[in-house]
Amino acid sequence: MTEALLEVKHLKKVFPIHGGLFGRRVGEVKAVDDISFYIKKGETLGLVGESGCGKSTTGRMLLRLLEPTEGTIRFEGQDLTKLSREEMRKMRKEIQMVFQDPFASLNPRHTVEKILEEPLIVHGLKSKTERKKRVQELLEIVGLSSWHANRYPHQFSGGQRQRIGIARALAVHPKLIVADEPVSALDVSIQAQVLNLLQDLQKEFGLTYLFIAHDLGVVRHISDRVGVMYLGQMMELADSEALYDSPKHPYTEALLSAVPVPDVDIKKERIVLKGDVPSPANPPAGCPFHLRCPKVMEACASIRPAFREVEPGHYAACHLYGEQL
Amino acid sequence: MAEIAEQTQLPPSGPEMNIQQEDKAVSPWVDVWRRFRKNKAALFGAALVSFFILLAIFADLIAPYGFKETALSNKHLPPSSDHWFGTDEFGRDIFSRVVYGARISLWVGFISVAGSVVVGSSLGIIAGYYGRWVDALISRLFDILLAFPSILLAIAVVAMLGPSLRNALIAIAIINVPTFGRLVRSKVLTVKEEEYITAAKAIGMKDSRILLHHVLPNSLAPIIVQGTLAIATAIIEAAALGFLGMGAQPPTPEWGKMLADSKDFIMQAPWTVFFPGIAIMLTVLGFNLMGDGLRDALDPRMKN
Repeated sequence: MTEALLEVKHLKKVFPIHGGLFGRRVGEVKAVDDISFYIKKGETLGLVGESGCGKSTTGRMLLRLLEPTEGTIRFEGQDLTKLSREEMRKMRKEIQMVFQDPFASLNPRHTVEKILEEPLIVHGLKSKTERKKRVQELLEIVGLSSWHANRYPHQFSGGQRQRIGIARALAVHPKLIVADEPVSALDVSIQAQVLNLLQDLQKEFGLTYLFIAHDLGVVRHISDRVGVMYLGQMMELADSEALYDSPKHPYTEALLSAVPVPDVDIKKERIVLKGDVPSPANPPAGCPFHLRCPKVMEACASIRPAFREVEPGHYAACHLYGEQL
Repeated sequence: MAEIAEQTQLPPSGPEMNIQQEDKAVSPWVDVWRRFRKNKAALFGAALVSFFILLAIFADLIAPYGFKETALSNKHLPPSSDHWFGTDEFGRDIFSRVVYGARISLWVGFISVAGSVVVGSSLGIIAGYYGRWVDALISRLFDILLAFPSILLAIAVVAMLGPSLRNALIAIAIINVPTFGRLVRSKVLTVKEEEYITAAKAIGMKDSRILLHHVLPNSLAPIIVQGTLAIATAIIEAAALGFLGMGAQPPTPEWGKMLADSKDFIMQAPWTVFFPGIAIMLTVLGFNLMGDGLRDALDPRMKN
C-alpha cells in the first residue's frame, strides 16, 4: 500500500432525537455507523449510496463541519478529531470542499472576486496585489475569464457557478478535496465538463479526491476506488474496475443491475429490491441489508458481518464471504 | 462503432457558455433600486422624507423667525403673509417652529432607531448564530421588554432618568431593541442554514468573519425595512412623550410638545395645533410609504 493521505477508522456519527415536553433524548439516528477507509495520495475515492446513507455526513466529518461521535480521522498521520477548533480551522487549508448546490454555496452578495479572495485572506495571504493575481489565475485554471471577477453569482449558469466553487476550493492549494455530489445539481451535458475539469485539475496539481455521489456512472468515470454505503455502513470497497466487473456484495450487485446500458440488444437481468431502506433511527439488527437481500442467510439477521478483505484490495461486509457460521 | 464512439465523446472541459462581455456586473442592490424606482407610492414617500430632511438641514435659512422669538403683542395671530402658519400664545411664529421641529423629530427618529438597530441586531445575531443557552437568555430578555406596553416602558425609563429630549431618545431606543433583536434573530436562523455559511466554515473562516461578512449582509434587508418604519413610530413616540411633558422641554420646538401646549386654545386658534399635527402626519406617512416600498423592492417574492 502506498502512503495513505487520509485514514479513517471506526468513524461514527450519532444524531440524537429530542422529543417530548422537555426535549429529552428519545432516540438516536446512526447516520454513520463504524466505517473505515483510507485514501491514497493522488487517487480518487468514490463514495456511493442512496440518499440518507451517510455519505455526505462522512464527507462533512472529514472537515469537522460535523463533529464525529467516535473514531479517528488521520490526515498525514495527524488525528483531526484531536485538534482544537482553532487548529482545525487552520487545518482546513489542507482539506477543502466542493458543494452539491452551486446556487446555494456561493454568497449571493459577494462578487466572484470576493468569493475567491476570501480563502486567501483567511489563510493569511496579506498582499492585495498578490491576491488579485491569484484570483485571475484561479479563474483561468477553471476555464473562466478574468473579466468574470466583478460579477455576482446570479449572473452565471449552474456549470459556471460550480467552476467558481471549484476555484474557491483550489485557492489555498489544498491536498484533499471532498467533493460532495459536485455534479448532481447540474444538467447532464454540463456534468461531463465539470467532471473532466476535476480530472484535469487532479493531474495538474496532484490532488486527492473524496468524491461523493449517488450516480454510479459518474463515480465510475472519475474514481480509482469506490466504496458503497448503505444505512451508515460501508458495504463494499474495491478498485473501480473490480467493483463494477465483479461486485461481491448483493447490495452492490443490485445497484449495478439498475444502471441502464445504452444498447437495446443487451438483455439484462435486473435485481429488484423489495421494500424501502429501513429508518436509520431504527436499523435492523445484524446486517443492515438483510431485510431486502436476495441472498439472505440465517446469520444475517443477528450478526453484523465484518468488513473484511475478500480479495486483495477488495473489501466487503457480507456473510457470503465469511468463515462458515 | 467508431462513429458512435465519436458521437459519445465527452465535451471539452472549457466553459459551456460565455456571458456577453458587454453586460455589466449587476449588484443585488442595483436591482433593488430598479424595483424601488417603479413604485410611485414609495417614491412619493421618499420625496416627503427628503423634503423634511432638507427642511431640517436648512432650517436656519428657511425659518423667517427664531423658534424662541416671542412677541406677546402678536399672540394667536391667524395665518397671514407675515406669519404663514400664524402665531402661538407667546406670539412665536409657528411656521418657524415647525421648520425647526423637523430637526428635532428627525434627529430623535434617526438616532434612537440607529441605537436600537445596533444593539438589537448585535444581540439578535449572537442569539441566532450561537443558539442554545445564549439564545434562551437573550430571547427571554426580549420577551420581558416586549411584555410592557411600549409607551409605558418609555415613560418608566424617562421617569427614572428625568424628563428631557435626550432621555426620551434613550427610552425610545430601548423599547425598540427587542423588535430588531427578534427580527434579526429569526433572519439569522434561516441564513445560517444556507450552504454558503457551511462553505465559509469549510474554507476555514473565523466565526467573527462569518458573522460580519456573510450572515450580516444577508440579513440586512429586513433591518433596513424595519428601520425605516421604526423611524416613523419613533417620531410618533417622541411626540407622545413630548405631549405628556416627558420629552423635549420648552422652548424646544418639538412637534408633540407644540400640540400639548396649544391644546387649550384649539377653539380660538386651531392653527396652533393643525400645523404641527400635519407635520407629524406627513413625516410619518413619508417614512411608512418608503418603508413599504423598500420591503417590496428588497423581497419581490413577498408582494405576490
